[in-house]
Amino acid sequence: MRLDKKNSTLNNKTDKKLQRVLLFEKIFQKGLGLTGIILIIILISIFLTLTITSLPSIKHLGIKFIYGKAWNPVTDEYGALPFLIGTLLTSLLALIISTPFAFSTAIFLGEYYPKGLISNIFKNIIELLATIPSVVYGFWGMVVLVPIIRNLELKLHVLPYGVGILTSSIILAIMIIPYSVSLSRQVISMVPPSLKEGAYSLGATRFEVIRKIIIPHTRSGLFASVLLALGRALGETMAVTMLIGNSHYIPKNIFSPGNTMASVIANEFTEATGTIYLSVLIEMGLLLFVVTTLINISGRQIIKHYILH
Amino acid sequence: MENSILKVEHLNAFFGEARILSDINLEIPVNQIIALMGPSGCGKTTFLRCINRLHELTPGARTEGNIYLFKDDIYRMNLIVLRRKIGMVFQRPNPFPTMSIFENVISGYTLNGISLSKLQKEEIVEDSLRKASLWTEVKDNLHKKGTFLSGGQQQRLCIARSLSMKPDIILFDEPTSSLDPISSNKIEELLLNLKKDYTIIIVTHNLQQAARTSDYTAFFYLGELIEFNKTQLLFSNPAKRQTEDYISGRFG
Amino acid sequence: MDKLIKIRFYKDRLFKGGIILLTVLSTVPLLLILFYIIKQGISSINWDFFINLPKPVGEKGGGIVNALIGSGIIVSCASLMAIPFGALVGLYLSEYKRDKLAYWVGLSVDVLQGIPSIVLGIIIYLWVVKPTGHFSSLSGSIALAIMMLPPIVKSTEETLKLIPGTIKEASLALGVPYYKTILRVILPMGLSGILSGSLLSISRVAGETAPLLFTAFGNPFINTNILKPMSSLPLLIFNYAGSAYEDWHKLAWGASFVLIMMILFLNIVTKILERRWKIQF
Repeated sequence: MRLDKKNSTLNNKTDKKLQRVLLFEKIFQKGLGLTGIILIIILISIFLTLTITSLPSIKHLGIKFIYGKAWNPVTDEYGALPFLIGTLLTSLLALIISTPFAFSTAIFLGEYYPKGLISNIFKNIIELLATIPSVVYGFWGMVVLVPIIRNLELKLHVLPYGVGILTSSIILAIMIIPYSVSLSRQVISMVPPSLKEGAYSLGATRFEVIRKIIIPHTRSGLFASVLLALGRALGETMAVTMLIGNSHYIPKNIFSPGNTMASVIANEFTEATGTIYLSVLIEMGLLLFVVTTLINISGRQIIKHYILH
Repeated sequence: MENSILKVEHLNAFFGEARILSDINLEIPVNQIIALMGPSGCGKTTFLRCINRLHELTPGARTEGNIYLFKDDIYRMNLIVLRRKIGMVFQRPNPFPTMSIFENVISGYTLNGISLSKLQKEEIVEDSLRKASLWTEVKDNLHKKGTFLSGGQQQRLCIARSLSMKPDIILFDEPTSSLDPISSNKIEELLLNLKKDYTIIIVTHNLQQAARTSDYTAFFYLGELIEFNKTQLLFSNPAKRQTEDYISGRFG
Repeated sequence: MDKLIKIRFYKDRLFKGGIILLTVLSTVPLLLILFYIIKQGISSINWDFFINLPKPVGEKGGGIVNALIGSGIIVSCASLMAIPFGALVGLYLSEYKRDKLAYWVGLSVDVLQGIPSIVLGIIIYLWVVKPTGHFSSLSGSIALAIMMLPPIVKSTEETLKLIPGTIKEASLALGVPYYKTILRVILPMGLSGILSGSLLSISRVAGETAPLLFTAFGNPFINTNILKPMSSLPLLIFNYAGSAYEDWHKLAWGASFVLIMMILFLNIVTKILERRWKIQF
């Protein structure tokens, strides 16, 4: 009896408030889901905007966009081939240069020195590489790297531009190291100790364990780290714009100046007055978006698969 | 039973397709300690979590049947009201880590937006901590973080936290399983003190604990309520074969 | 037999030596860059550098006050947009892990993170600059805000995921409504993660140039109106680094020095926060 009374007063007191609380509850739960939906809408809108504004270019140029070599805004002739080649060349070259360093660092941090002072120092230095702004890399490259490359070119008897594909690739290589290191280091340190111990107990040296056990076991993870670094390199803009030399011709060799899709956009977007001109540049943005997205998603898929397995 | 506080009728609980509890019928008397025991996975914790409807929190979980608190169907009651009337203490102490001891005890009010004067707050905190026999140990450190206390003290802090809401029933989910024997004893003593004001339902897989502290015992096995009786009777003269096997240590 | 073991042994030593050599070499560029920036930059740093506008060609001195104010405004506005929204999305992802929608939201965050920053510049140009008819710092902030979202969302999600479920249950069992449980119990516990994620994302976008080229555009004068073009440190560096004048290069080095120091400072604060604020469960 006593208890019943107490409960009924509690009910009456909270009744009005309760209605409000319940309303908030609903708004909150719906609202939280809404933020997620907004994020998806932003992404879809980005894709749709790029596609729709690329339409004039797609209609005007068709497939010629991919294989055309001429670039003449006056006559509305646009071929992106030199820039496609420039983008692929700089990115691949950057990967070739950076991968030995990145994997060595990953083995160093993931296997030889996973903990301790030395490991912390190197880890922090590599992480710092990612914090330096692209424009500062570009500036440093212009002042320090370009003269070095120019000297090299003089010795090799090629035209001494200083700027060009190789110069951009070297800077790009430095810039993407932290991205491939962070992932490949984690992958290497995740190799189960029992696997390694098994090999050690058979008398294998550390080198043999790394070559025969660790690398085969982490192959897909290492591949994903290279893929994600490639995604970075393809879209990198400022440093490349400052160092590649802005030439509209297909580069003849790695010392030639060139242009990447990103650097052409950066250089010409604000000057692009014609509808088609602007649309062509946006189509390059769309292409960059699609390619980097595909690379990113497949890289992440590989990693997820690796971790589950 | 004339003085029942909780009446469970044909309760079934599910996780997705799996049936965790089947057809539980039970009446729980007021101001007593009721022990729920049984081997791991028998559904005793799920049953406990059905009483304050925490069970439904897990995605895919649902229930069938009725539970009445006094005359009210808890599935028709508002969740918030229900949970203020039925407190819960968890397996591992879980004081709010961002709050001081004082704030932890009064958190039921502050988080629910119930405004109290400073004096009222101090009264409630002291009263709850005294009832949880923690007052003398922490009264000089009320504004330190609760997470600095020992495990047993943290658990009593959590008990004080649920006492502060003046619930009718307090659910204990294996409250001593993560504590050392001395801390466990303190909690058991505390339970005996609390039963004059509250109805206590405690899940345990410690047979001695059930025998020592409880007035009634319910034995669960494979999601069914096998037997429910006065603790003394159940332990001295079990009616069912499974109960006898369990209390004599033949499985579990 | 002995000889074979010796060869294996030497191979092992050689390999380790090679690894260490390449690792040390990987750190050389950073040290060189920092050395260069400090050497070139520190000489232009004085009080005038922080309160003056850049001077025209031929005149000595000049400062970067327009870019400092601009960077401050652009990044602050971006943070105001990105941090609350990003934290809520992270909260959503940690609360509704198993939802189908949550999977797509998580994927979108990943995709967003991979979009080249220049593409975001194009997008905001098309969404904001073109309709309004002029460049503005606000449009730059929007571009940066989108870039800031993924790291904020992820660090929020990661921290909140670590909070044991029983803490939430303890609050619910006290009769606290769900939204209050989240806002007043769970979010405060994840505050350090949200904060460090936010600081980290600020330090990332503070150095971004590409998304600002067609949005904030740059401005040689002091501007505090967010609807007008505005300068920022990276934009200033880009503009002056490309020039052929020694004085302007010096200005760009000074600006680089200031920018790098700010970014390093933010990174150190983040690290300290992460360590200090670890909440015990």
